[in-house]
Amino acid sequence: MQLRKSYFADVRKDDLHEIGQPRPRSDSPGHVTGKTAFFADRNFPGMLHLKMVRSPHHHARIRSIDTSEAEKHPGVVKILTAKDVPHNVYTILILIQIGPEDETVLADGKVRWKGEAVVAVLAETERAAQEAAAKVKVDYEVLPAVFDMEEALKPGAPLVNEYHGQNYYLYDSGECRKVRFGDVEAGFAGADHVLEQSYQSSPIEHAPTETTGCVVAPEGNDRFTCYTNTQAMFFTLDNTSIILQMPGSKLHFVGGTVGGGFGGKVDVIVEPIAILGAKLTGRPVCFIYSREEEMQISSPRAAEKVVIKDGVMSDGRIVARKVTGYTDAGAYSRHSPYGAQKGAGHYPGPYTIPNVWIDTYCVYTNRTPSSAMRGFGVTIGDFALEVQMDKLARLIGMDPLEFRFINAYRDGDMKAHRQPTEGAALIECMQEASRAANWPVAEKFMAMSSYVKGA
Amino acid sequence: MAKVPVQFTLNGSDKAEFVDSGTTLLHALRDKIGDTSPKGGCHQGTCGACSVIIDGELRLSCLTLAETCNGATISTTSGLSESGVLHPLQRAFLDTFATQCGFCTPGMIMAAKVLLDHTPNPSRDEVVEALSGNICRCTGYEPIIQAVLTAARSNSQNAA
Ligand code: FES
Ligand code: FES
Repeated sequence: MQLRKSYFADVRKDDLHEIGQPRPRSDSPGHVTGKTAFFADRNFPGMLHLKMVRSPHHHARIRSIDTSEAEKHPGVVKILTAKDVPHNVYTILILIQIGPEDETVLADGKVRWKGEAVVAVLAETERAAQEAAAKVKVDYEVLPAVFDMEEALKPGAPLVNEYHGQNYYLYDSGECRKVRFGDVEAGFAGADHVLEQSYQSSPIEHAPTETTGCVVAPEGNDRFTCYTNTQAMFFTLDNTSIILQMPGSKLHFVGGTVGGGFGGKVDVIVEPIAILGAKLTGRPVCFIYSREEEMQISSPRAAEKVVIKDGVMSDGRIVARKVTGYTDAGAYSRHSPYGAQKGAGHYPGPYTIPNVWIDTYCVYTNRTPSSAMRGFGVTIGDFALEVQMDKLARLIGMDPLEFRFINAYRDGDMKAHRQPTEGAALIECMQEASRAANWPVAEKFMAMSSYVKGA
Repeated sequence: MAKVPVQFTLNGSDKAEFVDSGTTLLHALRDKIGDTSPKGGCHQGTCGACSVIIDGELRLSCLTLAETCNGATISTTSGLSESGVLHPLQRAFLDTFATQCGFCTPGMIMAAKVLLDHTPNPSRDEVVEALSGNICRCTGYEPIIQAVLTAARSNSQNAA
């Protein structure tokens, strides 16, 4: 592998001498000696353990909650329900003005997915908290649920989330994010071939080795230290401040050491309720997901459906691409409206196509709320796009790599969402890949350039 | 709840504690004795993060009751380096970038140590087999396998 500095010669004057040089990581000595302090390595005298009572139903009205038996269980110190949470309905992206607030910290009147938090039990030991949680009685009236995005979008489908009022996120552009570029129908009409395919993915769990959690210690002055493995420290601090109606100066977050995140630890889930527990009891509180909770409760990558329709010429040029993307947010928004929007910006992929039409929907269903994971909003889209590219190449009898050279975007090309392409380097990467994989392409493609005009 | 006494040697020093009957060794080590190098990734014997060495054998401390360890000799990763000098396995894990988030690392090092104690020059397959009870979500395993083979080589060079 060689570093091709020529590509960035105009923009990067530095000599990039760090690349290719191994450097020791500053955190590794702690890891190999067992000295790195993960949040769960903090232990405080008198620490309480928090366990959640969770919904066994996908969609149900809560008729009543009876905590009287649980309260009598030996070791129980405090039981929290929705009415104890100062600002119970929240949404994490409200910090960047993406509302409405649509999710409850503890369920209030309704549950919208199986596993939703309903009651928090704080006890002297993990075991006491677990046993008491089993004694909380919740009376549910089960409601019809919807698990499929297309079903959810049909008229008459059960309404998942009243805060939205319909089973999709309403963007300022309407029921979906839209990109319109050229005239896609004219493109299809003039194409030699048209191919429409649909692609689907299931939710994917991040499965970090360390489960989600936090340890909270009251500092004795109405200020709380929260040791957490969140991947989003300030995001969590600011949202906690809203949920608990507490100034940020009362919250001291300590973190940055994460036992595997992959995007799975960016939601604000464990910290607000654990801090509330510490505030109301005056005791340190530990809230750690069990392995089962990590796999079942924590947000997965969203399930997606992507429908791609392409018009292609026999000489290899794609002349029109229409993409309809669906992101399954589950019952609540979390980061999904943003993920679906990212998809709209990402299609039609790294290719220059004169006629493009894109619709991406963020859909609500009664499934586990999904959220961030490694390139969410574009990763599944890329899978769909590149499989589609292979199918198109096969359809016109062309080598799949040469087909990509013909359509690759280059510096200066206008992208469908009206950003001019800059620093593309796709052609150079494919040339390198062609050599590395010993997958030869015609000489004219090896002479192409992303940044030299006319090459 | 009735407490039971437990007494064992941990990384060369004597430890004695009273624990609730049924307390796991993982809990006793982390929350009572204060050795947090064994990690709890699942508490159900599936991830290997809690691996320790008991009387020379690799054991999952989350499935071991503390009260069964009376008189035992226990080693954990926190006791591996001597006077600040890293054990060859720790050195190799650093040099081959075998640790990312680091949560699996203490358990991995324990599993590797038991292997090298019994089989100083393991084959790659033997390394894979020895680490098969330990999950790493970050590294893709290859750097860890290389670390164990590297440590084995440096051991045999030192012995020669
Ligand atoms: S914590 Fe013991 S095997 Fe996972
Ligand atoms: S380094 Fe993260 S689990 Fe192994």
